[in-house]
Amino acid sequence: MDLENQKRVKEFAEQYGPENVVVLLGAAEGEASGLAAETVTNGDPTYAGPLTGVSLGLRVYHVCEPEVKEEFDPDVYDEQVSMMEMVLDVDDIINEMTSIREQYCKY
Amino acid sequence: MKSVIKGAGYILVHTPDMVLHNGTTQTTEMIVNPDGQYLKDLPSHIRTWEQVLEYWPNQVYIGNKHPDELAAVPQPWYNKPCDVKERYGHFGQMMPQQEFLLLMQACDVFDLVKLEQGFVDANRPALAANPIIDEGILGRIPEKQTSAEEIARLVAEEHSEGLYHLGQLVGCVNRAHDIDVNLSAHVMHENLVSKASSVMALLSAIKNAGIDKNEVEYVVDCAEEACGDMNQRGGGNFAKSAAEIAGLMHATGSDARGFCAAPAHAMIEAAALVASGAYKTVVVTAGGCTAKLGMNGKDHVKKGIPILEDMVGGFAVVVTQDDGVSPEINLNMLGRHSVGTGSAPQNVIGSLVAEPLERNGLKITDIDKYSPEMQNPDITKPAGAGDVPLSNYKMIAALAVKRGELERKQLASFTVQHGLTGWAPTQGHIPSGVPYIGFAREDIMAGKLHRVMIIGKGSLFLGRMTNLFDGVSFVIQTNSGAEEEKKTEEAAVSEQQVRGMIAEAMRDFAAALLAKAEE
Repeated sequence: MDLENQKRVKEFAEQYGPENVVVLLGAAEGEASGLAAETVTNGDPTYAGPLTGVSLGLRVYHVCEPEVKEEFDPDVYDEQVSMMEMVLDVDDIINEMTSIREQYCKY
Repeated sequence: MKSVIKGAGYILVHTPDMVLHNGTTQTTEMIVNPDGQYLKDLPSHIRTWEQVLEYWPNQVYIGNKHPDELAAVPQPWYNKPCDVKERYGHFGQMMPQQEFLLLMQACDVFDLVKLEQGFVDANRPALAANPIIDEGILGRIPEKQTSAEEIARLVAEEHSEGLYHLGQLVGCVNRAHDIDVNLSAHVMHENLVSKASSVMALLSAIKNAGIDKNEVEYVVDCAEEACGDMNQRGGGNFAKSAAEIAGLMHATGSDARGFCAAPAHAMIEAAALVASGAYKTVVVTAGGCTAKLGMNGKDHVKKGIPILEDMVGGFAVVVTQDDGVSPEINLNMLGRHSVGTGSAPQNVIGSLVAEPLERNGLKITDIDKYSPEMQNPDITKPAGAGDVPLSNYKMIAALAVKRGELERKQLASFTVQHGLTGWAPTQGHIPSGVPYIGFAREDIMAGKLHRVMIIGKGSLFLGRMTNLFDGVSFVIQTNSGAEEEKKTEEAAVSEQQVRGMIAEAMRDFAAALLAKAEE
């Protein structure tokens, strides 16, 4: 995850409390989604950014996961996400995200 | 007035030592983790000159292999040597680091690049033998060079940026100002590499287009570096600076910037300048980027593969007034991501692909080949970024499905039929749509393709001035003059056929009459 984004996530968690923050991802692949999810839960696995060694344990979802999809107005979802849903390997993304949440999510 | 693609040039420079000393992944690591394992392991993953010559994507980039041939080679490619190992290709060339350091000195007009005497003496003949390098450029390299001791002193005491070859300090770039960071040795090095690689691209494109240097009236540089001083940090002008070294005596120029979208913007600007009659011949050019060398190096080293981001890239395209045969740029079919478009992928692809086609009564499937971000997947896949061109093709296909122009089961075949396999180095603006223009020109002129769309996309948010994304697209198509001629030929053929049929009918009729008379 981009170092600047890590900094912003860390600041939001401090400002609003980690229990009140949900991180929503739009990454194009399972592996990339998993890396970003790990960064905001267990800490930066690349040991490069502000979240190195910081386990925020935030709730984190990919926009194509069913729990998130349910929250959307179906028309908005169709207009904004449905094309990418057709392109992405959604099952792979769900597997990666679920695994990271089960291991590191605190909320 | 129409504007046409008259020729293109594509060049690569093998810069193994710059990966170590100038790539930001490595320079950042030297600051935050100087004793880490990555910096220890890195040197053993650097490729040799022979390895980069036989690397498939490099041979495609300089035009010795077609993208269709690359698509047939199973990935990964770094362990499958290409049967062609030439440094020169019909679009340009690969230049080894030692020649390039001399070219950098030739491109420096402020006496900032210092090279060791023995290094220059040993490598001058090789640069002189390069077919694009003339006496004018060679003459810019002074006979008297610098001692090794003085270079070591400049690097140690004067903040000079070291120039290395195979681990040896062979020169340096001095700072151009004592306190202005915009003219620091680091920035001057970065900008001189961009300028020198742009000069190579310009010379290759002009040679390929078969035009005289004096015909060029305007040059647009679309790289991602900025040159200027503390009072005007991005003042410019790379375009005119490179044109001077390339000997384009009748040209002026300017720089267009827009991150990775800049080449597509610049192509549209060049086509419009020519079509309007403002200038007859415009060249779009860009040199490469040292900062991005070894950008994904950590992933490559971790996965035990060579550092594949060891090539500085460059390209140039010559746009001229209609010559009746070269493919034309259709200025009525431009796609643009506007401020109000939004950032959802389907809005982005909609604005760049579907909208301009719909406006012209065409469907997504009416474009024979799309050239979006042509990053080499051999580099991006091990870094977890996937196959970038393939992702683009899937999005275009998915949009076609949503619009009812393609059946869902045709998604996979669309990516093959209308897509290409990426081969360009991950140098930001370099892979952005433009690597295909050279092949597109040839394939359209050979009648294999009719319409090709070039798509440039840019991440403007990296500059922290806007959160917006950007992109523009344009279509290159068969020259309508050439098409008219073909139609006339076809019409002539059918007229001849009709005549033949009438003659045959008349003969039959006459034969029937004769037969009747004989009865």
